[in-house]
Amino acid sequence: MELLLQILWSSIGVLIAVAYGLLTGGIVRKLFARIQGRVGPPVYQGFIDLGKNFFVRDNISHGPMFYFGPALRTAGGVGIFLFIPAIVGWAPGENFSFAGDLLLVMYFMFFGSLGMALGGSAGGHPHTPIGAGRGLSQMTAFEVPFILAVIALVADTGSFSVHDLTLAQAGGFLEWNLLTHPFAAAAAFIAMLGMNGYAPFNVVGAPNEIPVGPMTEYQGGFIATLGTGRAIFAIAKMILFMDLFLGGATSILEAFIKVFVIYMWSVAVAAVFPRYRVDQSMRFFLGWPALIGVVAVLLALF
Amino acid sequence: MGVEEKGKVPLLPSGVPVGSKPHATDSTLFAQGRPKPLSLDESVAFIKNWFRAQSLNVMAYGTGCGSIELGPLGTSRFDMERFGITGGPTPRQSSVLIISGYLSVKTLKRVIRSYEQMPNPRWVVALGSCTINGGMYWDSYSTIKILDQYLPVDVYVNGCMPRPEALIAGFKDLMDMIKRGEANGYIEYQNNLDWYRANQRKVIKDWNLPEYSW
Repeated sequence: MELLLQILWSSIGVLIAVAYGLLTGGIVRKLFARIQGRVGPPVYQGFIDLGKNFFVRDNISHGPMFYFGPALRTAGGVGIFLFIPAIVGWAPGENFSFAGDLLLVMYFMFFGSLGMALGGSAGGHPHTPIGAGRGLSQMTAFEVPFILAVIALVADTGSFSVHDLTLAQAGGFLEWNLLTHPFAAAAAFIAMLGMNGYAPFNVVGAPNEIPVGPMTEYQGGFIATLGTGRAIFAIAKMILFMDLFLGGATSILEAFIKVFVIYMWSVAVAAVFPRYRVDQSMRFFLGWPALIGVVAVLLALF
Repeated sequence: MGVEEKGKVPLLPSGVPVGSKPHATDSTLFAQGRPKPLSLDESVAFIKNWFRAQSLNVMAYGTGCGSIELGPLGTSRFDMERFGITGGPTPRQSSVLIISGYLSVKTLKRVIRSYEQMPNPRWVVALGSCTINGGMYWDSYSTIKILDQYLPVDVYVNGCMPRPEALIAGFKDLMDMIKRGEANGYIEYQNNLDWYRANQRKVIKDWNLPEYSW
């Protein structure tokens, strides 16, 4: 009975995360438009695009793997969301957090790019392997500082559970890992720029270069699934960062605000920087951010 | 006050002379029946069309000189994104194809291929006089004159060249037509495919592709 109730709560949580992800996406589009001096689309444009893509009549398929890609990507986002506590200390918001969830979640993060590589390649468009290759290589690069930061936190706290890591920061914002582990936080938040895929690290679907990237052959319902997956993926990653570095959340409102603030960090960077080439992007992540991560680990160990 | 000329009867707005017996089908004078609520199918169609109209995705494909007018649409002066209109370089995710100006036979081949890769529902906006009657290329040996014979056009924006404001007005017209369920060019294309194919075959001599792609 308790399990059924938790499944119900978590399903509602997934729906809220999707809605909040779409809304945040709309706000980001509006924000970029205002920075460029435009009026911009309405903030609910993400919902309209989703509906429109569901109402496209024709869907052209390129085999079973073509269906598998968007499904895998969405499953990765839902998986991250389900296995970390969104709201700590409140049963409906705890989801299915368990002892080793941090390892599992870091594995789920690969699902997005992997799904795109598998599904897009079935379409056979030449932009797909270029985009997927870029995405996977950039991912291996930014995973290095992120994993170093996570190792630093885990070594200091002695637990692989996101729940425990969050509880270790209880007692005011001075206990947040953002302040107590500044090097780990710096490495992780720089890695987040690559994770979110905004400029300067938008090499996967680089505009004017390989315009839509791996999604070139996708249309209609596939794009709607991918959009849903992207919305929940973005929010789930922000919740992970909130749990690891900003002391988690104790209420829904707090979670909304913290997630939005963390999201705005990558948007603020994206608003002022142009795009890196993929080799520059990889050199960037394996340079200073990785070094900061090593310093964080050394500080945690000694 | 106007003094009417003798023997000339003033007309009502509907074109019926004042004083004559109104015709039973004159819809401006009489209601045709009681207003009917929408059926379930009509309601679903209305919702679908509303979503489709509010989120147009223009295919980034310039065929002629008119494509120079498409660039400013994304800038801060005109900003088509405020109507939910975005541009996309792939036909699979596009719903609107703009034929921007003259269309040479060589380009027509690519346009047809792109149009047929777009998923239904899809719409064509014809930009400039060249798509209506040939415009200044009326006697050219290598351009087509009347676009409607080769692809179903939903909205014409005339001028040479029309400014971006005119194109935005055309988009607004297209959105209204979609919401009313009147922008059905793609259905016409499916139903009259033989006629369109025959016209296309007439001008395109070297298709250079296997027969099944016709």
